[in-house]
Amino acid sequence: MKHIKLFNLTGSFAENKDIAQTIRKEQILPALNNGEKVILDFEKIDAATQSFMHALISDLFRIFGDSVLDRIDFKDCSETVQKIIGIVVDYMQES
Amino acid sequence: MRIHLPNGAFLGNIDQFIQDFDSTEPEKLTITAVDKWMWVHPVVLSMIASLALKIEKKNIICQQITAKSGHYLERMGLFNFLGIKSGMNIVEHESSGRFIPLTQIKNSTELTKFITDMIPLLHLMPQQAEPIRYIVSELVRNVLEHAQTKYGAIICAQYFKKSNTIRFGISDTGIGIKTSLRNFYPTEDDIEAIKLALMPGITGTTSREGGTELNAGAGLFFIKSIAYVNHNFFIIYSGTGMYKLFRKQKQEQEGDFVLHANPKLDRHSERNNLPQWDGTVIGIDISLDSTSEFNKLLDLIRNVYSRAIRERKEQKYKKQPKFT
Repeated sequence: MKHIKLFNLTGSFAENKDIAQTIRKEQILPALNNGEKVILDFEKIDAATQSFMHALISDLFRIFGDSVLDRIDFKDCSETVQKIIGIVVDYMQES
Repeated sequence: MRIHLPNGAFLGNIDQFIQDFDSTEPEKLTITAVDKWMWVHPVVLSMIASLALKIEKKNIICQQITAKSGHYLERMGLFNFLGIKSGMNIVEHESSGRFIPLTQIKNSTELTKFITDMIPLLHLMPQQAEPIRYIVSELVRNVLEHAQTKYGAIICAQYFKKSNTIRFGISDTGIGIKTSLRNFYPTEDDIEAIKLALMPGITGTTSREGGTELNAGAGLFFIKSIAYVNHNFFIIYSGTGMYKLFRKQKQEQEGDFVLHANPKLDRHSERNNLPQWDGTVIGIDISLDSTSEFNKLLDLIRNVYSRAIRERKEQKYKKQPKFT
């Protein structure tokens, strides 16, 4: 199980797509490729942009399909963060 | 190029100011202004500063500003961008709660710092801060990723106590929206490109639904939605085109919000015959009185966004009868 605490990387407003991309490539993807589950821990993050969330998780849908959701836990999300995740997850499954 | 600062240029009447912009002779910039009372929206200052960055300082001429309210230009840092001494002697007040001076943002790190510094400067409550930092992040990031300009984004903002509004201007002198979209969504003219860019899921980086690993084509749709729900003006000017989202009328404000994926369905005006702006200019007013709960807005966006993608996909792959 790979537990990724995002706050130390993003601050309380997660908006930097470069950071999102780095987290995805260097932490999430290797863990998923190893067959591990991933916990994305949003503790202390108030909000995120759709761009950030897209850069963080959209490619996972392309690589692993919708079932990737069974392998990721979104932990301690604020209401705003939950809704942003919901938007990205929705349109990636529609695409 | 020539820019004239009129008595008043705010988003409601910005058309005339832009119409009067003379974009010929791009190697020179001349700025003139009215003699007496003058007030211009921050978007005007961001435009001038963006142009000034591209021009040799010796080719910039600015008329002596005599209007008392011209001190505003000094405080916003305009003359620093022009490389001109204004000759104005002003007492510098504490800037907190009033404005964000003209700032050039050229990379992601500068953007993150700007957003962090901006919220305390504007003395925003958490509920007010949420849409504002969202807007600034997405708009500036659009410039950094798509405008292809070494000058980055120029942004400034001013708080207006009377209307309890924050007014933002963000400009760049990059490739503009039409060129940015042309590989995957070629259009005949600038206004069609602007309207396409406002639709959810349209990005210049791919025609694939869902976008690329880094771009979904959602940013401008989110911004337009935030402006719409909060009853605010919002303009995009690029090339010769301008789209202006009108503030909602009173009767509309009382009912449930209906977001449209298609910007043609919103109350707006559009122009496609304005002086050429090489790049993109965005102006937005955010009323702090009517900052709707951001999370409710996200629910609306979620519904509209998914439906728009589904419908476009169905349209794309739906078999059509052959008529011979």
